Amino acid sequence: MADFAIILISTILVNNFVLVQFLGLCPFMGVSNKLETAIGMGGATTFVLTLASICSYLVNSYLLQPFGLEYLRTIAFILVIAVVVQFAKMFIEKTSPLLYRVLGIFLPLITTNCAVLGVALQNTNKAHNFFESTVYGFGAALGFSLVLVLFAAMRERLAVADVPLAFQGPAIAMITAGLMSLAFMGFGGLV
Amino acid sequence: MSFLRASSPHAHAANNTTKVMQTVLLATLPGLLALTVFFGPGSIINILLALIFCLAGEALVLRLRKRPLGFYLRDYSAAVTAVLLGLALPPYCPWWVVMVASVSAIIIAKQLYGGMGYNPFNPAMVGYVVVLISFPLQMSQWPSPASLLESLPSISASISQVFTGQGLDAYTSATALDIVKQNNSQLISQVYADSDLLRSGSLAGAGWEWVNLGFLMGGLYLLYKKVFTWHAPVAMLASLSLFALLGYDSGSSQSGGSLSLHLFSGATMLGAFFIITDPVSSAVSNKGRLIFGAAVGALVYLIRVLGNYPDAVAFAVLLMNFAAPFIDYYTVPRSYGHAKPRKATEKQEP
Repeated sequence: MADFAIILISTILVNNFVLVQFLGLCPFMGVSNKLETAIGMGGATTFVLTLASICSYLVNSYLLQPFGLEYLRTIAFILVIAVVVQFAKMFIEKTSPLLYRVLGIFLPLITTNCAVLGVALQNTNKAHNFFESTVYGFGAALGFSLVLVLFAAMRERLAVADVPLAFQGPAIAMITAGLMSLAFMGFGGLV
Repeated sequence: MSFLRASSPHAHAANNTTKVMQTVLLATLPGLLALTVFFGPGSIINILLALIFCLAGEALVLRLRKRPLGFYLRDYSAAVTAVLLGLALPPYCPWWVVMVASVSAIIIAKQLYGGMGYNPFNPAMVGYVVVLISFPLQMSQWPSPASLLESLPSISASISQVFTGQGLDAYTSATALDIVKQNNSQLISQVYADSDLLRSGSLAGAGWEWVNLGFLMGGLYLLYKKVFTWHAPVAMLASLSLFALLGYDSGSSQSGGSLSLHLFSGATMLGAFFIITDPVSSAVSNKGRLIFGAAVGALVYLIRVLGNYPDAVAFAVLLMNFAAPFIDYYTVPRSYGHAKPRKATEKQEP
């Protein structure tokens, strides 16, 4: 249990995928304009990331390794992720049509969310076992959702700030993300 | 006889930004006095340098944006940022550290967001964290308190130290939090016996306890003047105390420092009364401030004891600044005449 707690703290705070490892920045910038959308996106990404890290672990250890096909790892993982995202898309379309409409193009784009592929590849690099991979994926998704939701709340406030013309919109959002990344460096050494 | 009719509010005190900022500046004096008495004139030099760079940076951006210079410079908000930055930076640090910190604080953290009233992060803490991460060596050199030195650094030697890096010899020592942090196998009582700094203090190391008491005094004055409400500071100190009590097992090598050490060393009191009470970058409602303060206290303890940095107030404040809009979202107070607070996600009735 202690190992799992360490993996969770590590992936959520210390090695946060967005603010420390700089993965998954496109949805972080793209879907953080409104808090509600960000919460939906966080949920969808959590679902995909956890499932994708489970599936990619299974594919890696029962398909690729026994047949000596490790060189196909990246392609195989991308395929697995695409399948999981398609599944998530169908799931959300049936359960919450509103969220499906709001997320729009960003839902299929989870496929190209580098955090998802990053988690799958890091799982094999770190030789995680099944449960570790699952917790790692789940923690990465929680960390992603946490900063996405906080960032969305902050961006709603930035939208009414008197920002200089040259810095409005994405520019000030990038600066804010940089300052947040600075703050997250304070977690260094926690685990 | 004629009655002057005026609608409410019937405010009779001239309560404006300038007044509030002047009161805050006044309240930093006891802490500054303690810093000067125990660590020499370094903090005053820091503050003067920071004032020059902050006001120049503010004037530069205002000029670029074609805003009225005098109006914004006279509200003293840049001066407060400069003073807080000068108090937080280690005395006798090189002048360019102060410059980088001031420019980051005023230009990036404040003016790029639209200036006073819009900055989501506390400018002084942004400046501090930028230089802490960029120049760790210069930022970890705190001077020894006066009682451990033969004499306090003279003004001329201090100035040459700041501008040329020479002038003072062997003036630095580990701070109380450094000493406790670097301990990995000794009992706390042994650590205290070995360290002159900790042994000669009664609460948390010579000098440091007085600096913190000074800021506590200033903070209580601000509270009395109703510059801020009690919620955030009390919540922060309470949660820090709670964690310190839980983490302290009467002095084994694994424990995280005593309650008095955590409350009266480092930047605890400066943070509690001057930083997290910033009306712009902290939570807005009273309930939100309680949550905000308590989370800052918890983060301060966690990073101090488990993280890489000996003091954590700046990081904890930035992290919670980041979370403050979200806290506000879910702590909207009930408005007068309504039975329930409006949910933040709820659409307003047409």
